[in-house]
Amino acid sequence: MDRNITVGVVAVQGAFEEHCTALDKLGVYVREIRSPSDLLTKINGMVFPGGESTAQGKLLRESGLFDIMLQMIKDGLPVYGTCAGMVLLAKHIENDERKHFAVMDITVKRNAYGRQLGSFMTTGDFGGIGKIPMYFIRAPYISSAGKDVTILSRDENGAITAAREANMLVTSFHPEVTDDLTVHSYFLSMI
Amino acid sequence: MIMSEQVKLNRDLAKMLKGGVIMDVTTSEQARIAEDAGACAVMALERIPADIRQAGGVSRMSDPKMIKKIQSAVSIPVMAKCRIGHFVEAQILEAIEIDYIDESEVLSPADDIYHIDKTMFKVPFVCGARNLGEALRRIAEGATMIRTKGEPGTGDVIQAVRHLRAMNAEISRISSMRKDEIFEAAKELQVPHELLLSVHEEGRLPVVNFAAGGVATPADAALMMQLGAEGVFVGSGIFKSGDPKKRASAIVKAVTNYMDPAVLAEVSEDLGEAMVGINENEIAVLMAERGK
Repeated sequence: MDRNITVGVVAVQGAFEEHCTALDKLGVYVREIRSPSDLLTKINGMVFPGGESTAQGKLLRESGLFDIMLQMIKDGLPVYGTCAGMVLLAKHIENDERKHFAVMDITVKRNAYGRQLGSFMTTGDFGGIGKIPMYFIRAPYISSAGKDVTILSRDENGAITAAREANMLVTSFHPEVTDDLTVHSYFLSMI
Repeated sequence: MIMSEQVKLNRDLAKMLKGGVIMDVTTSEQARIAEDAGACAVMALERIPADIRQAGGVSRMSDPKMIKKIQSAVSIPVMAKCRIGHFVEAQILEAIEIDYIDESEVLSPADDIYHIDKTMFKVPFVCGARNLGEALRRIAEGATMIRTKGEPGTGDVIQAVRHLRAMNAEISRISSMRKDEIFEAAKELQVPHELLLSVHEEGRLPVVNFAAGGVATPADAALMMQLGAEGVFVGSGIFKSGDPKKRASAIVKAVTNYMDPAVLAEVSEDLGEAMVGINENEIAVLMAERGK
């Protein structure tokens, strides 16, 4: 990878540090995004980390980041949402009246595997590239996806757990808490 | 170090809470206010620490019915407290599928020698600590998240500062040692060598560390973050204040923007009455002394 690429990691709440570490290992510049001033210089991609989507959504709106980011995504900036990040990008949320960016043609179910006692680890295929470790932590899944969405992985019951639509990539699980860089590499290939 | 999948999942849940605020709530209305204000989790309890202090007497795990009401009111993780050493209260909290148990010195301890063997549970635990020794002993017992004890229910941040500084100073000391000195250091601190070695190598606790106990203002929260806390618990500080909604939201923003004094100034404006604090030397019961 090359150092001419800068990826912004949204750092308002959640496990953003882990994404920074993974991206750094892949040799790209990483910038934490906390306020609009962090977006004054160009970024080539943006990561929405795991955390609490309600908290993140509110903080993004109040800081003035929300509208800027929404425009960047609509203009084609490659983005990757993990867990809460996937909820932020989804057009429809099955069990929440809140909506956030609502840009990706998927319907997401929040906390789809239940509370923390339902959290689990498994290994599964990601986009035909190979089997990778997948940590689901109070995770959502995609209950339905539009026709332009490519499905990249499913859980053992068939629910969609990773998908891509144009410049947007989402996963229910957390590759950033593992040493496996498959998903991050895939994301960088979208840039 | 070999770690079970469950321990990893539980440590990772704490990572998802980072950069966030966990708020004490006693009703589902308060829980909704906390969630709307941007809390990353709530702690369900019958009485907040300031009222526990005032009421005196034995303080126990909250009524499961009350906790369940809060669970159904919000979509963010719900935590609850059990007494130190009271593994049956912990079993009950696990049975109602709580997301995180706080084995807490805020409640009256049930055991003055043994903490809960947290490795026997699937549900994660957070525990308080005043220094590196306490933190690593709790982690050895299975805690997957640590918070400074501070002094709950006082609105006085001095003890939280003291505990976090003590922990950081010890971590720096351990990091700068030679590897062969860790054996002796582990003996002195009364902690497992394996855990201390990980602190030596990583320069940090093996789990997420939040600040707690006495945080009452956005500035307090940002102070703890600048001192190295990864997030903040706010107990009495919010719902004992004049305008809980506004203060809750201000503290959330302060934790995200802890390095930006302009934002801190903005959110500190016009918050109404802060909770009435108790100074350190006026405290009758030092909760931080419970469970070492």
